[in-house]
Amino acid sequence: MSGHAAEIPNSETTLVLAPGHTYASVTDKIADLVLTRPFTLTWFVVVGFTGLFVCMLMLAVSYLFARGVGIWGVNVPVAWGFAIVNFVWWIGIGHAGTFISAMLLLMRQDWRTSINRFAEAMTLFAVACAGMFPLLHLGRPWKFYYLLPYPNTMWLWPQFRSALVWDVFAVSTYFTVSLIFWYVGLIPDLATLRDQASNKTVARIYGVLALGWRGAASHWRRYHSAYLLLGGLAAPLVVSVHSVVSMDFAEAQVPGWHTTIFPPYFVAGAIFSGFAMVLTLAIPMRSIFRLKDMITLQHIDNCAKLLLVTGLIVAYGYSMEYFMGWYSGEPTERYLNANRALGPYAWTWWTIVFCNVVTPQALWFRWVRRNVWLMFLISLVIQVGMWGERFVIVIISLHRDFLPSSWGMYYPTRWDWAVLLGTIGFFLFCFILFARLLPVISISEMRELVHSSHKSDAEAAG
Amino acid sequence: MEATRPVIYGMLAEFDSDRALLDAAHRVYAAGYRQTEGYSPMPVEGLCDALGQPQTRIPLVTLVSGAFGAIFGFAMCWYANVISYRWNIGGRPPNSWPAFIAITFEMMVLCASLGAVLTMLVMNRLPQPYHPVFNAPPFQRASKDRFFLCIEAKDVHYDPEQTRALLESLNPLSITEVPE
Repeated sequence: MSGHAAEIPNSETTLVLAPGHTYASVTDKIADLVLTRPFTLTWFVVVGFTGLFVCMLMLAVSYLFARGVGIWGVNVPVAWGFAIVNFVWWIGIGHAGTFISAMLLLMRQDWRTSINRFAEAMTLFAVACAGMFPLLHLGRPWKFYYLLPYPNTMWLWPQFRSALVWDVFAVSTYFTVSLIFWYVGLIPDLATLRDQASNKTVARIYGVLALGWRGAASHWRRYHSAYLLLGGLAAPLVVSVHSVVSMDFAEAQVPGWHTTIFPPYFVAGAIFSGFAMVLTLAIPMRSIFRLKDMITLQHIDNCAKLLLVTGLIVAYGYSMEYFMGWYSGEPTERYLNANRALGPYAWTWWTIVFCNVVTPQALWFRWVRRNVWLMFLISLVIQVGMWGERFVIVIISLHRDFLPSSWGMYYPTRWDWAVLLGTIGFFLFCFILFARLLPVISISEMRELVHSSHKSDAEAAG
Repeated sequence: MEATRPVIYGMLAEFDSDRALLDAAHRVYAAGYRQTEGYSPMPVEGLCDALGQPQTRIPLVTLVSGAFGAIFGFAMCWYANVISYRWNIGGRPPNSWPAFIAITFEMMVLCASLGAVLTMLVMNRLPQPYHPVFNAPPFQRASKDRFFLCIEAKDVHYDPEQTRALLESLNPLSITEVPE
């Protein structure tokens, strides 16, 4: 990379790590964010503010458990409301974290190093938010364990042919694998925090979490092997999870759902919304934590390019849905096409076309990709758009299906909004605590990046 | 340390680069030492081979646990639908295997991942809160920017004077005798 620094005039702006860093400097910089940064009033205000949303979530969930799903806007014909929209949206957001940590690891993309840790944390909290919804959406949430195959006195099994049961396996596997991937990646950094901490109690806490890691050569070899294997397992897992989620829809015969393009289209959409969330988190973080030398404009640019690619796949998905709806010759499918663009929820359809198809076209321009303000704005627009996409898929398909006599409208209630905003607050609350308590960038992998950039410097010089 | 002479775990040499550590590892191995260990803040390519450590068997364990997960996942779906609760739904065969693939795959990934990580921890003997090398004061930087080579006292060639002389010839930043 710095090997051809001489030929590229603007190489400073394409680096994934600013020059001049050493093992000690990256260690100190990232570890000090956790160990020596003071607690400020602003921090308490932000934690308190997001904490209020967590309280709202708990209130909304308690009321839901007390009164049942009737407090939501769901009813026949729209029995899947915000809960399923939110579920698909959150789990999609999680996918970018795994994509960064697993796919880009296997493809040896060294720019992933400074963003994988917090992207994995993002995955974990997003999947935690997603995992709530299927349970909250159960009519009898206290019987959630009926979803699992366990020996029971009724001699019954879950319906293993149903995509909804596949979902239980996919999401719980996804959460478990994301958690261990994230934790295994953290172990060497926890050891660094243990050794760097000046406070005895803090050192002891990190020491327990670090499991006594000491960086022995034989340990590193097994660690590296296990980590790569986890990457290799997580990469197809992430594809399978959203494919299974899409089959929750595609297995049904509802117009607009019964289509074979759903799995790839959902996976692309998931990575699309997830990279938008990565940017939403990374752009303020690099400025608040003064990490602009580690999360550089090149990172923003690369994420923007991935947004553009996945956005184009999503746009292709939309056009294929329209084409197949028309080409099938089915009256209900054709009616769905018209109802999306002209029906009572047409404004949601045109919103998602604007957010997910029109807006990403700005990313063809380098100056847009490298303007953090614009990128922050675009990332928010895309997330709204991707939430809207799931709204279009769930609600517009359900509210007018085969039988005109059973058509109806869906209106969310304040409790629907309370749960949605509550999970956003919960997600941000968890993320802020993570950024306070754990290194937001993988220190040991940054040392490897320093090492490889030194090596290429030496090769260029000699 | 108590009044009695402390038992020695080994001799620890400190280096400032992975290259120096790697060179030292080659020299120590050539001198016949086998009970050795390198310590570094990040993986050092070739260090295990330089110290003559065996290949890891984690990929094999992962394969086996993944295969177990896949077989278990499929067998569970098959048993439920073919043996335990056979039910004709729309004339579909009881063993409608394509519908079992998603669960088979997820169980494979789950078991393989847990297998890889648990084996890594068990073979590394982690968690291990106490280890003698932590007694060496310079070792605090092993998780930051320093590279260490330890020749353990249980090595047949270990001799306080000769081992120290060998390590000194490698130009380390420091040499520490590590108490057990």
